[in-house]
Amino acid sequence: MSVSRFWRKIPQRYNLIGTQCTTCGRYFFPPRTLCPDCRRSGRIVNHKFSGEGTVVTYTVIRSASDQFEYATPYVLAIIKLDEGPRLTAQVVCPPEEARIGMRVRGVFRRVAADGESGVIHYGTKFVPVEGEDILL
Amino acid sequence: MRDVAVVGIGCTEFGEHWGASFRDLFVTAGVMALQDAGVAGDELDALYVGNMSAGRFVEQEHIGALIADYAGLASNHIPSTRVEAACASGGLAFRQAVIAVASGMEDIVVAAGVEKMTDVGTGASVDMLASAADREWEGFAGATFPGLYAMIANDYMHRYPLTREQLAQVAVKNHENGARNPIAQFKNRITIDTVLNSSLVADPLRLFDCSPITDGAAAVVVVPLERAREYTDSPVRVLASAQASDTIALHDRRDISTLDATVVAGKRAFDQAGLEHKDIDLLEVHDCFTIAEICAIEDLGFCKKGEAGRLTWEGVTAIGGDLPVNTSGGLKACGHPVGATGIKQVCEIVTQLRGEAGSRQVDAEIGMAHNVGGTGATVVVHILGV
Repeated sequence: MSVSRFWRKIPQRYNLIGTQCTTCGRYFFPPRTLCPDCRRSGRIVNHKFSGEGTVVTYTVIRSASDQFEYATPYVLAIIKLDEGPRLTAQVVCPPEEARIGMRVRGVFRRVAADGESGVIHYGTKFVPVEGEDILL
Repeated sequence: MRDVAVVGIGCTEFGEHWGASFRDLFVTAGVMALQDAGVAGDELDALYVGNMSAGRFVEQEHIGALIADYAGLASNHIPSTRVEAACASGGLAFRQAVIAVASGMEDIVVAAGVEKMTDVGTGASVDMLASAADREWEGFAGATFPGLYAMIANDYMHRYPLTREQLAQVAVKNHENGARNPIAQFKNRITIDTVLNSSLVADPLRLFDCSPITDGAAAVVVVPLERAREYTDSPVRVLASAQASDTIALHDRRDISTLDATVVAGKRAFDQAGLEHKDIDLLEVHDCFTIAEICAIEDLGFCKKGEAGRLTWEGVTAIGGDLPVNTSGGLKACGHPVGATGIKQVCEIVTQLRGEAGSRQVDAEIGMAHNVGGTGATVVVHILGV
């Protein structure tokens, strides 16, 4: 990923800042600049998410692209944030502990790097938190 | 709108073509299709070519002009258009050709698909395939293509009755079909144990749940139905051509393990053709992973959600079953040159409807092709009949 392409989304990736349409109240992460429900009558503002959420589904990646091969095996999940939107992120836990319904919280982590001397991509990964599993 | 027919088909062998270039593959398939239709290059009005990622696989863009040139048609100044929808690029090229002929704008049109994937290493091709999903919000997090389909599989198995053995049976069945297909990348039969003992790629998916990396090209000739008899005694009619889209990212879907674009495109195709499920004699579906075939059969409406695993296990989808699925060997055994797959599906159905499928032959008058881009952000469905 080019430097500019990563740099443009630093607030969103580092701090889990997405958007909200104030016309209908719907939250978006990844951020959207056009509400799919209200379209041109929507009004989009930034929204910082709490980072609390639930694992909807997951996998353990054992064979990855060159950039992520160093991290295998890693847990990748679709997480539903408590505010509603879903996103794709890694969960920092032993593969055998990952499960559908587990409660997680977003944390700031190193995700990948562009080679030996390129930009380091930081972003949000998730860690398990205490609490009852929620089956959505 | 004019009725449209397929009068010629051509397909290279699928596999690792170390000795053949991108353009070699296309020319081979294109010449076969023209020869099959008895069409001279000078008669062609247009070319449509499906290709996902020549820019990254072989560092070549401007594919439309390239293939027209190397097909020997540069001096004809033929309009040639590349279309792209990731792994549905081929199905999309066919649909563009059908629309062009149906509209009356063009008469004799070639729809082709081509991908040359083995000029780069596996790591690079895994990364390229990930660009069929959302690079910024899925790929960035470390999502691979098998990883995304694995998340579909885990969601599915959490909610519906599907055993690991039933899932493996999809691959076993498709290898059985591939073993009977001269152009298939894999002609070896496998067992449930082969699948279950292969290495994990992304839990629960193992190596033998995944379609391979493949070089190949396929081409078909499309003409107005009223002119079809000029070229062949056995024209195959295009009864429906439908396309649908959905969110690029899996996490934004209404339902993780239902491909709504398949549901919608399938319904549109049935409506266009005025047909019902019982009328379909064979199916070519997009089994990029075993779970994808399970979802496709259900999302197209051939059974309820949660039933396709059992039907596969019982042999209903095998050659000789009530609903043969992927007689070509599917993406799993025939191979998956991403841009070419959608055209190869059409070639298989035409071959079957003509009664030229040899040991793969099923009793069929109407077939359906289902081609998916990404994890279901684009779906193209065609119904063909004699």
